[in-house]
Amino acid sequence: MEVESNLKKVLMNGHFAVTAECGPPKGADPDVIQKKGNILKGYVDSVNVTDNQTGVVRLCSLAACAILKREGLDPVLQMVTRDRNRIALQSDVLGASALGIRNILCLSGDHQSFGNQREAKGVFDIDSIQLIQTVRSMRDEGKVIGGDVLIQPPDLFIGTTENPFADPFQYRVLRLEKKIMAGAEFIQTQCIYNIARFKEWMKQVQDRGIDKKVYILGGITPMKSASMAQYMNTKVAGMDIPDHMIMRMKSVAAKNQREEGIKIAIETIEVLKEIKGIQGIHIMAIEWEEIVPRLVEEAGLYPRPAV
Amino acid sequence: MITAERKPITEIEAMLNPFRRILVVGCGTCVAECAAGGEKEVALLSSALRMDARLKGRKIEVGEVTIDRQCVYEFINELTGFVDHYDAILSLGCGAGVQAVAGLFPKMPVLPGLNTKFIGETKETGLWIENCRACGDCKLGYFAGVCPLTRCAKGLLNGPCGGSKNGVCETNPDTPCAWQMIIDRLEGRGQIDLLQTIFPPVDWSKYEGKGPRKIEREDQRSGS
Repeated sequence: MEVESNLKKVLMNGHFAVTAECGPPKGADPDVIQKKGNILKGYVDSVNVTDNQTGVVRLCSLAACAILKREGLDPVLQMVTRDRNRIALQSDVLGASALGIRNILCLSGDHQSFGNQREAKGVFDIDSIQLIQTVRSMRDEGKVIGGDVLIQPPDLFIGTTENPFADPFQYRVLRLEKKIMAGAEFIQTQCIYNIARFKEWMKQVQDRGIDKKVYILGGITPMKSASMAQYMNTKVAGMDIPDHMIMRMKSVAAKNQREEGIKIAIETIEVLKEIKGIQGIHIMAIEWEEIVPRLVEEAGLYPRPAV
Repeated sequence: MITAERKPITEIEAMLNPFRRILVVGCGTCVAECAAGGEKEVALLSSALRMDARLKGRKIEVGEVTIDRQCVYEFINELTGFVDHYDAILSLGCGAGVQAVAGLFPKMPVLPGLNTKFIGETKETGLWIENCRACGDCKLGYFAGVCPLTRCAKGLLNGPCGGSKNGVCETNPDTPCAWQMIIDRLEGRGQIDLLQTIFPPVDWSKYEGKGPRKIEREDQRSGS
């Protein structure tokens, strides 16, 4: 039976897409993935599985995707170039397709110096843009790097990320354009808290007509507490949480901060729905997957379209 | 230059422990420039070794010599005969120097006194920065004279990652983001469009090839 990417179908049919992130456990227990998958099932179109995020050893993304697939979800395989060379990456791309995984997110990955294997050798044989190009060429031309022909090309909907809050700001949109040139079909952005800057970035995206060439999903991470907001802002690479947002979290009693975080997330989703060129959201509820159904419902995005 | 740093004295002493007569050999080129293995450092280390041995009641003899280049046989040859008096050589050369000296005196234990670090430039007095990985296929012409392979922590060739903030790298606030430098320079020249071409995967065979690399020049061989 032909397996298709649910995410691709949702987007191609013009629906506002909802994806969510699922972090694999620091252990070999498949039930953790299954449970997280079942919480998200029906509330999201696809589920991203992180690839040893922040350089911490976890159950591998490919295996976790296979488990989610078995549970009837549409997984998005996150693949970083930090840990594997081009031989391993291309081999995993073929393996993913063979397992019925239909979405891939190409990333360079957090630097190994952040994780629990700080003495590891960072591979970075190719970069994320070269990975996008590689997967695209494997799929569309049936060729691996160097031109060798594949007997059966992989079938994958190709995505990547962009961080509108990183520097140099004036170059971010040009870099996004480069990712599309390489073959990216959907983009999931870094968590959005600084809406003013996000809108400024989207204006550049629209001015260059980029939103017509790629599906853009805005990143949402509900904050659990004011201290999490502060921690993310100072300690997590690539994050931008404006002071007024942190103040707002601090202004409510500790026991009500989760609710405030949820409120902010829903307000942000409402703002994103109104921005031209945004075709969906990507919820990264870090170790808080159980909140996703509520966010989706309260943001008026439930039920998900059957495509 | 090839930069290096002296090993901790305790590590050096542990290596030298079995030997009584030690020749400390400096190198007058790269490691002298980065103040790790030149004549001055040879003198300082030798005094430290002597003093420490005296304090511990050990009898040692430490000889000192610095040659122009430890990586070129004609200079290492100056040590011939001279070394016979000693039980071991402590080389303050880079890794290439240690190996060349060891190659010429195969019966003599030749020990490294330095940790070789990188190919770099003297940025300021007392500050050396890494800026060349010797990839074997120089791409600096495409990147406004800043090597992203070396100076970007992820070696990215197609623009900055999402961790570039306020001009610095996500891995270390003391490290400037190589991509911020490249973009600033190209923008200053009105050439930012140069970056819109996708740079293909690196040919690492020029770097790692089939193991250790060599350069063979017939024109140089025949003339000698």
